[in-house]
Amino acid sequence: MQNKQSNSIRTVVATGIGAAIIFVLMKFVAIPTGIPNTQFNVAIGFLALLGAIFGPVAAGLAVFIGHALNDFVTYGSPWWTWIIVDGLVGVAFGLAKNRLKIADGALKTSKLVWFNVYQVIVNFVAWVLLAPTGDIIIYHEPASKVYLQGITTWIVDSISVAIIGTLLLALYARTRTQRGSLKKEK
Amino acid sequence: MQHQLLIGYDDRHTFLNRLSGSTKLLCFVGLSIIGMMTYDTRYLLGIMVLSLILFHFSRIKFRDVSFILSVILGFSVLNLVMVYVFAPHYGVTIYGTEHLLLGHHAAYFNLTTEQLFYEFNLLLKYTFMVPLALIFLMTTNPSEFAASLNKIGVSYRISYSVAIALRYIPDVQSDYRTISLAQQARGFEISKKAKFMTRVRGGVQILLPLIFSSLDRIEVISQAMELRRFGKGKRRTWYMAQRFKRNDYLALLIVGLLIVLGIALFRVNGGRFWNPFKA
Repeated sequence: MQNKQSNSIRTVVATGIGAAIIFVLMKFVAIPTGIPNTQFNVAIGFLALLGAIFGPVAAGLAVFIGHALNDFVTYGSPWWTWIIVDGLVGVAFGLAKNRLKIADGALKTSKLVWFNVYQVIVNFVAWVLLAPTGDIIIYHEPASKVYLQGITTWIVDSISVAIIGTLLLALYARTRTQRGSLKKEK
Repeated sequence: MQHQLLIGYDDRHTFLNRLSGSTKLLCFVGLSIIGMMTYDTRYLLGIMVLSLILFHFSRIKFRDVSFILSVILGFSVLNLVMVYVFAPHYGVTIYGTEHLLLGHHAAYFNLTTEQLFYEFNLLLKYTFMVPLALIFLMTTNPSEFAASLNKIGVSYRISYSVAIALRYIPDVQSDYRTISLAQQARGFEISKKAKFMTRVRGGVQILLPLIFSSLDRIEVISQAMELRRFGKGKRRTWYMAQRFKRNDYLALLIVGLLIVLGIALFRVNGGRFWNPFKA
């Protein structure tokens, strides 16, 4: 009970601070790809770490809030379809928490490989299937344009998670004490 | 990066400032959803004019927002060009008629009135909320914003997350700047002049200290909140919460009517598009 309580407070704080970090990263560390409204986003790499530490609720909400605030002050109006899809990506990354068990220390290469396969599939479903379909249904934009934006986002986001996300996960795991690393003295 | 991108709240003593945050939030979200759905040019133009009038009354100086406006306009134009490059006949498919202005009927790049009209609608959709968003940003106290979220039914934990995000954005931003300058002093090139991979590597060198110090911050803040018994009660009161006054109800009524009008127009137009070419 005690533990559960402090976990929920940590989720609230992680959501808030995570959203602030995602906002700042989206604003300042985004490298344009040449296609409007698609950037090489460092924030999505951070999202992988946030999900692995704090789980689906914190990651999903953090990216939802961060992305909405960023759209709000950059474009004036939030682009809801992509914000919701980004939130779903956060939830999906958070679901990897139990599999990765990052708090137990040292991530094996096999786990990192598994995570990368998983994230490429998640990004594919999100940016190639969900986001453009939402744009077509809700915003009535031409299909070829939104699919190009979607596929570009899929590629750059996957690369971002593969490089930055993997690096962050590996480095963070190294700072944790490995489970079962203590031995009883004889 | 010299530009202050997060434009700030300031009490300008107008009736817009005195409206409660919940009212402004509800109005903004309501109008943005109906504007997202509709393609009725008359309706979008109407809301645009209305929001410009409100913008005039809000006493926001044009100088303060000119930078953000130019960014928004730039992105909208890029998007419109891209829509034209990828689907120059989309307007024809939507409106069902074809009035050629330039070029040949069979050519890929020709210009039709329908396409121009469709792109004009898109431009309106990209920009009609901007004055309202600026008003909302610049007349709502950030602390009151969290209270308003809770008031319209969002759980107080999520509202509190938003409050924390708003509170810590300036901190994270200044951390980011400090770390970035320190790393640049050590020779990491992250400007546009550098190659792509160099920039990515430079980004990571900023990211690591930023993220690890923020993770510590999460621990510190959550312990402080636990010590003050956050989350023990089912409800939470807010220091900045405002009671609804007459003007709040009036504003909600007006926006409610506007939304009903928007929905009624779907029925009149027989769909989301207003088609002036049919007659």
